[in-house]
Amino acid sequence: MSVLQLENVSKEYGSLLALDRVSLTVQRGEFVCLLGASGCGKSTLLSLVAGLDRISGGTLDIGDRKVSLMFQEAALFPWLSVRANVELPLRLQGAGRAERRRRADELLEIVRLRDFGDKRPHELSGGMRQRVALARALAQDADVLLMDEPFGALDAMTRDILHDELERIWREQELTVLFVTHNVREAVRLGDRVILLSSRPGRVIEDFAIAHARPRRIDSPEVSGQAAEITDRLRAEVARHGN
Amino acid sequence: MATETLDRAVSGLDALELGPKRQKGDTGKRIWKSTWPKLLAIAIVLLVWQIVVWAEWKPIYVLPSPETVFTDLGTVITTADFWDGVRVTMTRAFTGFLLAVVIGTVVGALVSQFAPLRAAIGSLITGLQTMPSIMWFPLAILLFQLSESAILFVVVLGAAPSVANGLISGIDYVPRTWLRVGQVLGMRGFAKYRHLILPASLPSFISGLKQGWAFSWRSLMAGELLVIVPGALSIGVRMQQARDLSDSSLVICYIIVVLIIGILIDVLFNAADNALRKRWGLLSS
Repeated sequence: MSVLQLENVSKEYGSLLALDRVSLTVQRGEFVCLLGASGCGKSTLLSLVAGLDRISGGTLDIGDRKVSLMFQEAALFPWLSVRANVELPLRLQGAGRAERRRRADELLEIVRLRDFGDKRPHELSGGMRQRVALARALAQDADVLLMDEPFGALDAMTRDILHDELERIWREQELTVLFVTHNVREAVRLGDRVILLSSRPGRVIEDFAIAHARPRRIDSPEVSGQAAEITDRLRAEVARHGN
Repeated sequence: MATETLDRAVSGLDALELGPKRQKGDTGKRIWKSTWPKLLAIAIVLLVWQIVVWAEWKPIYVLPSPETVFTDLGTVITTADFWDGVRVTMTRAFTGFLLAVVIGTVVGALVSQFAPLRAAIGSLITGLQTMPSIMWFPLAILLFQLSESAILFVVVLGAAPSVANGLISGIDYVPRTWLRVGQVLGMRGFAKYRHLILPASLPSFISGLKQGWAFSWRSLMAGELLVIVPGALSIGVRMQQARDLSDSSLVICYIIVVLIIGILIDVLFNAADNALRKRWGLLSS
C-alpha cells in the first residue's frame, strides 16, 4: 500500500525551477533514500511532503497521513529537559500528564536514552541529541518519517552506530522512512530503494532497488560495490554542470 | 550487528562522548577567586581617595577622608530616618519598575505582532531609549506638579522602552530551526507562543529587564534631586539636605548607599541571567 505518492511534482521559486516533474511512490514500511548533489532540491522535496511549502505543479497525495520531520540539527528546546522535549508533541496533542510521561519514557527507551530523561539537551553529545530528536519525531506517531540529512553533522563512528540504531528502530517500529542524504554509502547502507536526483533542476534520474540482506554494514563488499556504481552515475550527473 | 553488541556499542559511545565528570573546586576557593578582584578594586579606590586627601587638594571639610565618611556612614545606617528614606526610595523604584515592565511588555508584544505598528513606533522606542531621562522632568512637573506621579512618569518612560526592546528582539531572533520544529509539530496560535516564542525569547527579555532597571534607577535618582515631594524624605532629598548643610561626608555616604543598592540589584539580575544560561547550556563552565 502506498502512503505517499508524488506525480510530476514541480516547485519554482520565482524563476528558479527547484524540482522538475518528480514522480515517486513510497510504500508502507519502506525505507527510501533520496540521493543527490547540491542543488537537487532534496530538502525542498521534504518540505513539500511535510506541508511546510506549497507545490507549484503536479499532485502530491499523502491522504490524511501524518508526517514528522527530522533535521540535520537536533533543534531540541534548551529550556526543556530531554524528557519534556519528547513529551512536547504529546502535549500539543492534548495527552494527559501521566500518559505523556509513560509514552516519553517508552520512546526514550527505544532510543536507549531512558536514563537521560532529566538531563538538559546541552548535556548530551551530538549523536545522543539526534536520538532524542528521533524520539520526539516518533512521539508524533506519524505515518511517514522524513529525515533531512539527520546524521550529516556527526562523526563517522557515531554515524555508523546510528545507522544500526535507525535500522533497528525502523524494523521494530515498522516505520516508513523518506531519508535525504548526499552520502552514497549511507543511502545504500540504509535504503530499500535509492532514488538518484539530478541537480538544477531536481529530476529523478534513476531508482535503484537495494536488495542486499539486512542488517547491512556500510563497509561490506556488497554495499561498497553498489555505492561505487551509484557514485559513478552521480558523478556523471555532476560533471554535466561543469564546462 | 547483533542487538546485544549494538546495545553495548551505543552505551559505550555515549559514555565516551559524555566524558568523565569534572570535580568542581572547593567552594571556599571558588568564592575567594571571584571576590578578590573586587576587593582589590575597592582597595585601589580607597587608596587613591586617601592619597588625594593627604595631598590636601581640597580642604578636609570639603573632601573628607575615607575614614570620616565610613564612620559617618556607620552612624547614619543605624538611624530609623535613614531606613525610612531607603524605604521611600525603594518603594518608588519598585513601583516604577513594575509599571514599566507591564507597559513595556504589552507594547513590545503588540509591536512585535503588528507590522504597521512596528513601522510606526518601532524606531520611536529606540529613540526614547537614547533620550536622557532628566529632559522629561520639566514636562513631568508641569503635568503632575511636584508629586509622586511626576517621578513615576519619568521612571516609567526611562525603563519601559528597554523592556519593550528586549521582548521585541527576543521574539525577532527566535532561531529559524526552532520555528521549523514548531511548524513540524503543528504549533499554531497560542500554543506557539506558550511553547516556543515566549520561552525562546526569555534570555533577551531578561537583559531588557536588567537594562530597564538600570534606566529606571538613574531616572529615579535624578527625579529625587529635582522633584521634592513634601513629606517624602527619600534618599535624594536627604542628599540635597546634606548638600545644603555643606556636609560633604554625608553626601558621599548617600552616594555610597546608592552605589551599593545598584550593585545589589545588579547581582540579582546577573544571578537570574546566569541561572538561565546554565540551564540552556550557554555558559562555558
